[in-house]
Parts: sequence; structure tokens; C-alpha cells
Amino acid sequence: MELIFKLSILILLLPLLSFVILIFFGKRIPRKGDWLANFLLFLNLALSFVVLALFLGEKKPLSFEFNWFTIGSFNISAGILIDSVSAIMLVVVNIVSSFVHLFSVKYMENDAKYSIYFAYLGLFTFSMLGIVLTNTILLMYVFWELVGLSSYLLIGFWYENKPPQEAAKKAFIVNRIGDVGFLTGIMILFFTLQTFNFSEIFNGVASGQLSGAWLTAAGILLFCGAVGKSAQFPLHVWLPDAMEGPTPVSALIHAATMVAAGVYMVSRIFIMLSADALTVIAYVGAVTAFISASIALTQNDIKRVLAYSTISQLGYMIMALGVGAMSYAMFHLVTHAFFKACLFLAAGSVIIGLHHVQDIREMGGLKKKMPLTYWTFLIATLALSGIPFTSGFLSKDSILSATMAFYHINGGVHIIIPVIAFLVAGMTAFYMFRLVIKTFLGEPRNTHAYEHCKESPVVMTLPLIVLSVLSFFAFYSLNPLDASGGWILSVMKTPESLLKGTQGLFSHIIEKIEYDEIVHHFHYTAMIISLIMAGTGILIAYLFYYWKKVNVGALVSRFKPVYNFLYNKWYFDELYGFAVVGLTLAVSRISKWFDNNIIDGIVNGSAYLTKKISGISGSFDKYFIDGLVNFCGFFVGAFGFIFKKFQTGKIQTYLTFLIIGIILLYLIFRTF
Amino acid sequence: MFTDVGLNHYLVVSGILFGLGLFALISRKNAILILMGIELILNACNINLIAFARYKANPIDGQVMAIFVIILAVCEAAIALAIIINIYKNFSTVDVDEVNTLRE
Repeated sequence: MELIFKLSILILLLPLLSFVILIFFGKRIPRKGDWLANFLLFLNLALSFVVLALFLGEKKPLSFEFNWFTIGSFNISAGILIDSVSAIMLVVVNIVSSFVHLFSVKYMENDAKYSIYFAYLGLFTFSMLGIVLTNTILLMYVFWELVGLSSYLLIGFWYENKPPQEAAKKAFIVNRIGDVGFLTGIMILFFTLQTFNFSEIFNGVASGQLSGAWLTAAGILLFCGAVGKSAQFPLHVWLPDAMEGPTPVSALIHAATMVAAGVYMVSRIFIMLSADALTVIAYVGAVTAFISASIALTQNDIKRVLAYSTISQLGYMIMALGVGAMSYAMFHLVTHAFFKACLFLAAGSVIIGLHHVQDIREMGGLKKKMPLTYWTFLIATLALSGIPFTSGFLSKDSILSATMAFYHINGGVHIIIPVIAFLVAGMTAFYMFRLVIKTFLGEPRNTHAYEHCKESPVVMTLPLIVLSVLSFFAFYSLNPLDASGGWILSVMKTPESLLKGTQGLFSHIIEKIEYDEIVHHFHYTAMIISLIMAGTGILIAYLFYYWKKVNVGALVSRFKPVYNFLYNKWYFDELYGFAVVGLTLAVSRISKWFDNNIIDGIVNGSAYLTKKISGISGSFDKYFIDGLVNFCGFFVGAFGFIFKKFQTGKIQTYLTFLIIGIILLYLIFRTF
Repeated sequence: MFTDVGLNHYLVVSGILFGLGLFALISRKNAILILMGIELILNACNINLIAFARYKANPIDGQVMAIFVIILAVCEAAIALAIIINIYKNFSTVDVDEVNTLRE
């Protein structure tokens, strides 16, 4: 085995080791083992850099596999696939995870379940790394569910309270809905191609063993899994509630692990997706981006705004995948992971500073008290808004140009996609600056909390600084305005679709090279429009909340229905509460009636019948069998009763019988 | 007429004696009377022995056997009377129906 695979397996197993040690012995280790978890994760981070370096030396996909188990004559293999996407994801996951570990040391201190918390973080990281490294879709599903489990554990970490319980359950159940689709997709692949291995699946698709409607169905069903995990419309409702977990966990879930899993999975199967499936994916992403951005405009909880912004950005990534720009989607995933982790951790720093105040109406003026938090938050906000010289600008701009190219190629009604994309860019800039202004600028609104507030210690600010520095352009491309020449996009290229003829995305209209040219052609147009949109958003935010030129209250009351609609998150929870939960309850009531009357009736009937039969057999036993036995006894008794009379104990009686007997014998035998 | 006395006459006498003895044995409650019944039976037996010996075989053999029986009867009577005396000492009665300690 080559060194790179040994290292990859080590990277996979170290977080698991952290989990195992901390869950069993966490309380007995000094400092409850946080140093151990941190050490292992930072070691992991170093190793993942080595793997990335080794991969960049090879520059071709490497895979290693072994026979996992055999059912009948069918071998199921497991293994590791290192290509550009997984090598980069490895680094991203480890960076975010290790800094979240570091941040948690302070954030979670004094928590009763301190060591268990770090154990769960280890399990979460392990599961995510499993998804990233595996080369079979079956193993990916296994880790996929492990991610679901560990997110459940972490979201419901403070399960003593009601809201985290509910949020954890909601996250788990909503994810299950998507996972059903994923599993069905895997089944279609397995029954048509008899393999779980990615490369063999792609060979099968390329040779046409799976095509047409089945291929589209498989693609869309697999995408359903991503809809659940990456919180896409209509299964996005779990993610904002997942804010009930500890804030560093939110950072981990929303930046590099759970929600990234969906995007990563779609990018893995990207080359086998048919044009129809991709169109569905693009529209789901666009709708998600728009809905969640519009909800984020009105929310007042700092973490909820960030949660909706995460959904919106995930919508961007899914949309990018749908329009055929896989590498841009992954690029945005990488950049987003860093600045979103930074935003969440900064929000955590604010929350700790204000002693668990999360409402932005209670904040304000924190810039003076928490300068480091402010500056890192601002840098990440700029990146998220897509301002030049940040990483977010590079990736978002790439996606926007891809959406324009998509419209250019397909035309017609598909103009919705770029329009939504630009609109969302503006909205993102607006709500993010609304957040910055309300939290850090202006006058403090809650003076009591403000006065007790102070800057967080270095273990919390260090991750913020590192992550905000990673939000600058230079780490991804030396040209601050165009990422296409940067190292990351030249390593991570969109692969060519396997589907030729009418099914493929590019080939039915144009060649891949031509597509790339069109995307590049729209690059500057997209950049200018997105800058205008972002600038407008920021300007409006300042007008509304900083300079207060516009009376926001009057505006809100004038558009009260719209505001309420957005403030109540498009009434999705209510709709699901009514439609899904209500329907489930109705069905369960019918089932209950059926159970009570039909099933119980059958059960009771059979019980009644059994009782009757046993009654009959009982009386048979009682009267016939027992009668027979009793009769024997009675007969013997009666016999004894008669013959007892003869046994008088008087010698003379016996003598009399003796003589009678002799006379009788004489009479009988006389004839002989 | 006495010369006509043959074996059958002896047998009838002995049979009557035996029957009386048996009757005494069965019907009497008094142990001494029962013992007397036994004596009657033994004497009936003696008559039979001598009669059979006189008419059917060597008479001496029968007489010897009869003497044995008489001696046996004497011994038996002695033992039986000793037992009866002991019973009387213990139970103050010689009624065999009253002597039923073993039965209970």
C-alpha cells in the first residue's frame, strides 16, 4: 500500500480514536481529555496537508480497495478514492473541525458533558471524513447515516431542554425523508449495474447499461439524499432549528461537515447525471437560495440569520451543480466553509461575550468591546457578500457566470436561474450587513449586557483569525478578480459528462471546451452585475440601519403581510405541521382505529375462540378423563369397601371362609 | 349285629366328631372350648387312623400314629392352656373376640 493510502486511513481513524477514548475514559483523563481531542485533530490536519501535497505531486486520481465482505458469490469491496475533490475536502474538513475543537475548549468549559461533547465532535469528523474518502456508494451511505446520527447527538446535546430535543428529532426525521430517496437511488444503481463502486458505476453508465428515464430517476433520487443533508427546499426546515445545538457545532455542521456532505455527494455522481436531473437540481438550488435569503432578511436571532444564509449558499452550490459547474460548486463549498465557520464562531464569541444573548435587537456597539470578533466577522461578511479581494467573491462570481452561461445555452424560461442568483447575491449583502450593523455598530441597545461584555480569550479568537485570513483571495488564486487561473480550479476541474447524445449536459448542445469558453465569456458581466447587486444591498442596509434615512418600522408596517410572511419563514413549519404532521396524525388515527377494531377484533376473536375450545377440552378433561380416573379410584374403593368386611381379624371368621372355600373347591373339582 | 360294624361306621363316627370339633372351633368364643374343639378334631383323626389301619393296612402302624397324635395333643393342650392362662392374666378374659390387641 502506498504512503498516501496509509495516511488517508490514519486520517480517517484518528477522530474515531478520539471518540472512543473520550467516550469511555474522558472523565478520567486530566482536563477531561480536551487536549487529546485537539492534539489528534491538529495532527489530522497536518496529515491531510501531507495527503494533499502527495496528491498534487501525482495529479491523478488514486484509489485503493479491498474485498470487504462476500454475500454468496457477490463481493462487496471497500476502499479509498483520492482525487482532487476529496483531497481538498479532506483539508477543509480538518481545518474547520480542528479549529472548532479549539474554539470549543473555551465555549464549552464548565459544561457537565464536556468530554462527551468532544467525543461527539470526533465521531462527527470521522463520519464526514468517511464520506469524503470512500470509493463506494454503499460505504458512503453508511457514513452518511453516521453523520446523521452524530448531528442528532450534537444538535440535541443539551437534551435537558425541550427545544434541542425537538430540533434534534426534526433534523433526524427530515434527513431520513431525504435518505429514503438516496437509498432508493442506490438500489436502482445496484439492480441495474450490480455494483456499488463509483468507478464501476460510471463504467456501466458510460456503456449505456443504465440510461434514459431510469438514469434520470436514479440521479434525482440520489439527489434527494442531498436535499435532506444539504437542507434544500423542501427539506430545509431542519437546519434553522439545528441552531439549538452548541454554537461551535453549528459552525461545524454548517461549514464543513453535514451540509457539505450533500453537495459533495452530488459532485461525486455529477458525471452520471442526465440533463433532466441536472435541471431539476438547478431549480431546487435556485428556489432554496431565494426562499432562504428572503427569510434571512427579517430574522432577529444572530444564529438564525446565519443559518438561513447557509441554506441560501448551499442553494447556490446545488444550483451551480445543476447548471453544470461542478468545480465552481466545490470551490464555493471550500470558501464558504471557511467564512461560514468564521461567522458562526464569531457569533459564538458574541453570544459568550453577552452571556447567551442571541437576539440582535439586544446588541449594538460591540465593535468597541470586541474588536477582534468584529473585524473577523466583518471580513467573513465581506466574503459572504461577494466583495472583491475575498474568497467568496471568486467563488460566487464563478457560479454567477455559470448560471448566465446556462441561460445562454438553454435560453427561454431558464432566465429565472441567473435572475434568482443575482437577486440572492443582493439580498445576501443586505441581510449580512444588517447583521453587522445591528450587532457591532451603532449604540448599544442593551446597556446592561453591553457593560459586562468583553473580548473572548485567545483560544476563541485564534480560530476566528485563522478562518478570516483564509477568507482572502490569495489562498485560492493570485488574481483577485478571476479564479479560473488559480491553483484550486486548475486542480479541481469539472469532469466531462459520461452521457453522450441527447442525455448529456454539454454534448447534446456543445462541447465541453466551448462551454468553458461561454462561462469565461460571461465572467466580467457577471462580476459587474454581482458587484452592483452586492453594493446596492450594502447601501440599503446602511440606509436602513446605520444612517436611518428610511424608517424601517413604517416600511414594515406598510408591507406587513409580506414582512409577516417572511418573518414566519414562508409558513413552512406551519405548512408541514398541518400537511405532513397533520396527515401523519390522521393516518395514524385511522391506523389506530383499524388496530383497535379490526386487528384487536381478530386478536380478541381468536382469543375468544381459543378460550371456548379450551373450555370444551377442559370439561372433557374434567368430566371424561377425570371421571375415568375417579371411577377407577371409586371402583377400587368400592371393591375394597366390600372386601374389607371379610378382614375382621377374627380367626373364626377366617376359618369359616376356609371351610367354605374347601367345600367350594371340592364341589368344583369333584368331577375330575 | 355288631359284627356288621365296618370301616364306614368308624368313618361316620369320626366325621361326626370332626364336624362337632369344627363347629366348636368356629362357633365358640371361649378359648378353652375352642381348644376342646381341636381335641375333638384330633380324636376324629385318631379314629380314622386306627380304622384305616385296621381295615386297609398293618394295624400297628395306625396305632403308633394314633399314640403319636395323642402325645402331640397332650403337648399341644399343655402349651395352649399355658397360653390361655397368660391371656387371662393379661386380659382378664379368655374370649377370643376380646383379645384383639394385634388387630388394632
